[in-house]
Amino acid sequence: MINGKPHIEFRDVCAFYGSKQVLRNVSFSVPRHSVIGVIGPANSGKTTMLKTINRTLDFIAGARFTGQVLVNGESVADMRNPNELRRRIGMVFPLPVGLPLTVYENVAYAPRRRGITAKTELDEIVERCLRQAVLWDEVKDRLELLGTRLSGGQQQRLTLARALSLSPEILCLDEFSIAIDPVTTMRIEDVLRVLRKSMTIVLVTNLVQQARRLADNTLFLWRGEVVELSPTDVVFSEQPKDRRTYDYVNGIFG
Amino acid sequence: MAIPTPAAPPANPFAPSEFERRKARAAARNQWIMFFFCAVLVVPLVAILVDIFAKAAPVLSLHYLWDNPVNKGKAGGLWAPLAGTFYLVIGSLLFVAPIGICAAIYLNEYAREGWLNRIISITVTSLAGVPSIVHGLFGVGAFVLVMLPAINRVVADPNDRTTRWEAGLLTASLTIAVMNLPVVITSAREALGAVPQTFREACWNLGATRWQTIRTIVLPNSFSGILTGIILVVSRAAGETAPILFTGATYFKFVADSGWEKLFPYSIGEAFMAMSMHLYIISNQISQMPDVMKFGSAAVLIGLILFINSFAIALRVWLRGRKRW
Repeated sequence: MINGKPHIEFRDVCAFYGSKQVLRNVSFSVPRHSVIGVIGPANSGKTTMLKTINRTLDFIAGARFTGQVLVNGESVADMRNPNELRRRIGMVFPLPVGLPLTVYENVAYAPRRRGITAKTELDEIVERCLRQAVLWDEVKDRLELLGTRLSGGQQQRLTLARALSLSPEILCLDEFSIAIDPVTTMRIEDVLRVLRKSMTIVLVTNLVQQARRLADNTLFLWRGEVVELSPTDVVFSEQPKDRRTYDYVNGIFG
Repeated sequence: MAIPTPAAPPANPFAPSEFERRKARAAARNQWIMFFFCAVLVVPLVAILVDIFAKAAPVLSLHYLWDNPVNKGKAGGLWAPLAGTFYLVIGSLLFVAPIGICAAIYLNEYAREGWLNRIISITVTSLAGVPSIVHGLFGVGAFVLVMLPAINRVVADPNDRTTRWEAGLLTASLTIAVMNLPVVITSAREALGAVPQTFREACWNLGATRWQTIRTIVLPNSFSGILTGIILVVSRAAGETAPILFTGATYFKFVADSGWEKLFPYSIGEAFMAMSMHLYIISNQISQMPDVMKFGSAAVLIGLILFINSFAIALRVWLRGRKRW
């Protein structure tokens, strides 16, 4: 499976909602088993970028994209079965969503839809994912509780556990830590450092320091354009390639 | 030494001003006006119910429900029309529930925003406003005059008129179903729409297909609302006369008085008695009908509909209590 190709590649991608363009000729590539941090102010197209990777942009009326998004060198637009693609990509969006099922069934949801029914196998998946999402200790005694009854931060970690339940090869995190306290966030970041050995991680974040802590490369997206993609230490140095990157990272940006 | 007398209490700094007193009076007055109109609504309803049930009291008994009408309804009970209404309701639900739910699922979950979707929505809404007698005439044209001859070409012996299906439970059920379809579709769409979009998106992101999402998340969490909508059309099916007037209901029919045939008195290709039709006939079409029989029929019909509606309300209250988000 591992070949010389980048794991994720964007070639000249433009995305539109109706007539409004939100991504402008975005091109970059992400090597396998690396962490790419994506930073940029609101409305710069970060979430749209993630939605083109797993083709959930299809579900938004009037949305479309041009150019090519390649996963393992294969164009996602040409894939016959986008659900197969989505199972390979774990997605965590900023709003915590506990499905109206028990905590256990929340995590077992995707494996079940994939035909895994053996109780022992599901038990093993649920425990592994909840541990990886740093939620296991809080819910291990109440797995039968409704996922929607958890607190916001717990639901966010439940969302993360769900995204990990199919052992995806790519994990996209969009502001995953927004509802989570700093201590737990640090513990999840530790888990991500372990997970990156087995998956490529796209980390969209407003906390530039989080990108600095975790990412190998950092991409600065602004108004739908890639301003800069450099190794993280360059982005956070005194001399990134683009002046605007320096300003944004240091909070000078208007 | 003189004990100092306590100072006069200061004027209450929180005392309402003249302006505030006026506003408070207006607020109280307005509340009474609203209450009056509410009473205007409720009083006639209660008066009608009390009047009908009081005048029907002499005949109301279990025998009145279980016995068949005698002498065109001048004596006896209401079993034949009650059974007819029961099977009419069941029959129409068999058609309206699956069709309505499937249509609502398509419109709410699959259809893309666009002119076609909008036209269908407008059609459904307009259909809900069509008077029931028009539905009745549609039923005559579509089911009695077109569908029945087609069925009879297959099932009936051409030399034996008694084997032919006539306008009856099947045609009347279909007509009632067509009349209730827009109501079921609209209420089912509302129930489906009440399930947050974020749940669907979360499932799609996990690679669940649309159908898997509908089956596992959307339907289980909108089932209660869909069910309530269906129960409410039951009362409409039981109460309407116009749609069944020409499509299968008859003013009088002898049915078995004992045995299994009493529980299943009508075949689907046979005219039947129904409560609404029966009430209409005995209240003004038959001379020397005792008043108590008219009020008895009205009381039973109203009681039936109140029972169904309160069941729907109870179900809704119970299900609201176990909302899952």
